[in-house]
Amino acid sequence: MSISSTRKNVLLLLLALIAALVVADLGALALGGVHLSLGEVWSGLLGRDSASQAAAIVREIRLPRILLAMLVGAALAVSGTGLQALLRNPLADPYVLGISSGAALGAILALWVGGRLAAASPLTAFAGAVLTMSWVYLLGRRAGRLSSYTLLLAGVVTASFLSAIILFVLTLLSTRDVRGTAFWLMGDLSTVPNVQIRLLFPAIAIAILVLYGFSKDLNILLLGEEEAAHLGVNVARVETAVYLLASLLTGLAVSVSGAIGYLGLLVPHLGRMLVGNDHRALIPTAAFGGAIMLVLSDTLARTLVAPAELPVGAVTAVAGAPVFIYLLRRTSG
Amino acid sequence: MNLRFPSTTIHSTAHAAGGLIVDSVSFRYAQFALAPLCLEARAGELTAIIGPNGSGKSTLLEILSGHLKTVAGGVYLDGQNLHDLSPRERARKVGLARQETILLFSFEVREFVRQGRHPHLGHSLFESPEDERWVEWALEKTCLQEFARRRVMEMSSGEFQRAVLARTLAQRPRLVLLDEPTANLDIGYQVEMFRLLRELARSENFVGVVVTHELNLAAAMADHVVLLHAGQCLRQGKPEDVFQADLLSQAFRTPVLVDRNPSSGRPRVTWVAP
Repeated sequence: MSISSTRKNVLLLLLALIAALVVADLGALALGGVHLSLGEVWSGLLGRDSASQAAAIVREIRLPRILLAMLVGAALAVSGTGLQALLRNPLADPYVLGISSGAALGAILALWVGGRLAAASPLTAFAGAVLTMSWVYLLGRRAGRLSSYTLLLAGVVTASFLSAIILFVLTLLSTRDVRGTAFWLMGDLSTVPNVQIRLLFPAIAIAILVLYGFSKDLNILLLGEEEAAHLGVNVARVETAVYLLASLLTGLAVSVSGAIGYLGLLVPHLGRMLVGNDHRALIPTAAFGGAIMLVLSDTLARTLVAPAELPVGAVTAVAGAPVFIYLLRRTSG
Repeated sequence: MNLRFPSTTIHSTAHAAGGLIVDSVSFRYAQFALAPLCLEARAGELTAIIGPNGSGKSTLLEILSGHLKTVAGGVYLDGQNLHDLSPRERARKVGLARQETILLFSFEVREFVRQGRHPHLGHSLFESPEDERWVEWALEKTCLQEFARRRVMEMSSGEFQRAVLARTLAQRPRLVLLDEPTANLDIGYQVEMFRLLRELARSENFVGVVVTHELNLAAAMADHVVLLHAGQCLRQGKPEDVFQADLLSQAFRTPVLVDRNPSSGRPRVTWVAP
C-alpha cells in the first residue's frame, strides 16, 4: 500500500500518527510499577489534586520519561531514514557511521576517570559523538566532497576501531562500573535528569524539521548522485546537510540514553512498507513511528519485571529481532 | 575527414530556428581526447550520434548536457551558454536519459515520473496541480497510464525505458538527450522508441539527440546524423550523406554495404559476411 504524497494525504497521515501516539502515551502514563487508572492520569496531567501520589508519579516521573522516549525514538528513526537515503542502502542504521561508538567511548572514559567527570558523562558522550562525526566526515571525502561509498567505509572502520578501544577501557574499570556501563551501552532511559530532557526537546525537534525540509531532495538522491545532479539537486550541499543532521540526531540520542538498537533500522523499514519511499511521507512516519515504538518498549521495560526495570535496549533487541526476521520472510516471499 | 561548419553559418541558421549549437568543444581524459567539435541540432528534429565504442559518444553527450566542463568551446541552447546556468536552471531545460540501474528502493511509476518535475518545484516541498498535469501528460505520451500504479521494478526493460523517457519528458526540457535508449530492447520496442522520439521532437519542438548503436534505426528515423570516430567528427549531415560504405567500414573496422531500405527509402547498412 502506498499513498500518493500530496500535501493533503501527508496531513491526514500525520493526524493518524498523532492519534496513535496519544494512545500510546496514555497507556504509558497509566502502566508501570504502580498502575494508575486513566482517571488518575487525566487529573494528574491537568494539575488537579497535586498532592496525591498519583499526580506526582504522572508529572514528575512518567511524563518526562515518556517525553524522553518520544524524542529519542523519533531521533533514531529519522536519523536512520536519512542515513539510508544518504548511503543509498536500506540496511544502514544510525550507528553504522561510528557515532554511537564515539559517544560510548566518551561516556566510558568519563566513568573511568571517575568523580565529577562521571556525572558529566552525557557531555563527554556528546563530545565523543561530535569528534567521531567530524573525523568520519573528513575521512569520507573524495575529490573534495562526500562520497557515499567512501563515507560508509570510513564509518565502518572507525566504528570497529573505537569498539576495540572501548573493550580495552572496560578491562580497566571496576566491576561495579562495568555493570553500569553495560546498562548504558544497551540503551537505558532511566537515568536522564529532567533538565537534559528540556534541552533535548528543541534540539531534536529542530533537527528533524530541518531534515524534513530536504525530503524532496532525498527522494532524488536515491536515484544516484549523477542522476540527482542531472535533475538539478545540489548533491554536495544536500549530502553534507543530511550527514550533519542525521549524525547530530544520533549523537544527541545516544549521549543521553546509550545505543538503543533496532529502532533506527526497523522503523524506517516499517515506514517504507506503509507509505513507500517518498520522504515527504516517510520522515514523519518514521518520527512518530519511532516515538510510538520506544514509548511502548519503555513501558514494557518498566512493567515486565516490576518493580525492577529492564534496560529499554534489551526490550527493543529481543522484540526487534523477531519482527525483523518476520519482515524479511514476508518481503522476500 | 573532418567536416566543420564555419562558426558564422551555424549561429545564423540555428539561432533563428531555436536549437543546439556546439561550438568547437574539446575535452580530454587521461587516455582519450575529444578533438574540437562543432555540431548543430535543430529544434523539432531528431539528431543521432553514431560511432564505434570508444569514439567519445557518451562523453559528447555529457558535454551537451552541460555537466561536463569543456577544455575549450561552448554549448549553446537557444542562444544561451549552458555553462552559465545553475544546475537547477539547466535541469529545467536539459533532460538526460541514460542507462539506469534498477533501484534498491522501489517507486511507483507515477512517483518515478513525478521526479522529473523536481527542477521546477522551487522552494515548494510538494508538486502543484500544474506539475501533476505535466506528469499525467508525460504518462499519456509514453502510453504508461495503465502502469501508473505499478512498481518500477516489476516492469519489463521496454516498459522501464519508456518510464525513463516519461520522467525526462516531465521535465519539459528544450533539449532531450538519450544515451542508447534501445539497449536491451527487442526490435518491436526499438522501433517504437525511435518512432516515439521522432514524433515527440516534432510535436513538442524540442531538440532530440540520441546516442545509439542501432545504425539502421538512426538512418531511418533521424533527421541529422553525426558520425564520431576516435574523438573526432568524421562526418555530419543528412543520413544519405553520412551513411557511406567506405566511411562506415573505416570507422567500424568491418566491411559494410549500404543500400536503400525498400520501405523507407533511407540508407540501410548490412555487414559483409566474413
